[in-house]
Amino acid sequence: MKRECRVVYLGRCDFQEAYLLQKQLLSRRIGREIPDTLLILQHHPVITIGRKGCRENILVGREVLCREGIPVYNTDRGGDVTYHGPGQIVGYPILDLNQHGRDVHRLIYMYEEVIIRLLARYGLEGGRLPCYPGVWVENEKICAVGVGISNWVTYHGFALNVNTDLRHFGYISPCGISDRGVTSMSRLLGAKIDEWGVIENLLEIFGLLFGLEMKRHILEKELI
Amino acid sequence: MEVKLPFLAEGVESCTVSFWHVFEGDRVEEGDDLVEMQTSKASFNVPSPCAGTVSEILVDEGDEVRVGDVICIIDEGLD
Repeated sequence: MKRECRVVYLGRCDFQEAYLLQKQLLSRRIGREIPDTLLILQHHPVITIGRKGCRENILVGREVLCREGIPVYNTDRGGDVTYHGPGQIVGYPILDLNQHGRDVHRLIYMYEEVIIRLLARYGLEGGRLPCYPGVWVENEKICAVGVGISNWVTYHGFALNVNTDLRHFGYISPCGISDRGVTSMSRLLGAKIDEWGVIENLLEIFGLLFGLEMKRHILEKELI
Repeated sequence: MEVKLPFLAEGVESCTVSFWHVFEGDRVEEGDDLVEMQTSKASFNVPSPCAGTVSEILVDEGDEVRVGDVICIIDEGLD
């Protein structure tokens, strides 16, 4: 029988709030109190800086970010600077790698594979670059991948541009790569994409590749 | 007990120390995060293999460490 993975939809939420929730779930997953869990959400506009990041990759001043209401956070994932905002589907898998292979790069490969297969369902060809995690369509990044691992349990994850307003990416040099752009499914397909449809496809492929049965779950009150 | 950098990923022979979660003299439980390492793609927290006191930290933040290298020593002595 397949193991269960709880899927929790958080809607649109604040980066810090989602981060604290991840940390709670992480420690409960390490303690084997809960099964593997996948948070699906969107963020309010925010710029985050990973472990390898530097502020120079934010290209605009504080006043611009203030005016636009975009906070900046340092966070403990791999990678450099990225942007999250509405229209981008974010997945934070809290997976015990003792059950999925203890290899951090394979995990990233798997997240990329989920997104590549998802894009293929929409007729888009996603690919990888050797040194930069994430999924690219031609020379443009469509999905950011950044993970953190504690006690072989994962947190952080992937962020796929579905209907993202790409103008905000102009404020950063995504993951420090200045000569490549960003894109979204809606830009490539020339139409607004049904986000629930994308989520359904995502869950199906994620379950298939990780050998998990994806079950919708409502979080207990004390966790929010 | 010597704590060695564990295998992190196929083909990854070394990675960089991001920061230590603990100081020399700190008491840790088994599974507590000791240090965060940064590979070319991911950040990874090395858990403590045992309970005890961190008696010696052998690598600094920013250092490149190879898989299997000793990164710190934990004294499991009774206290």
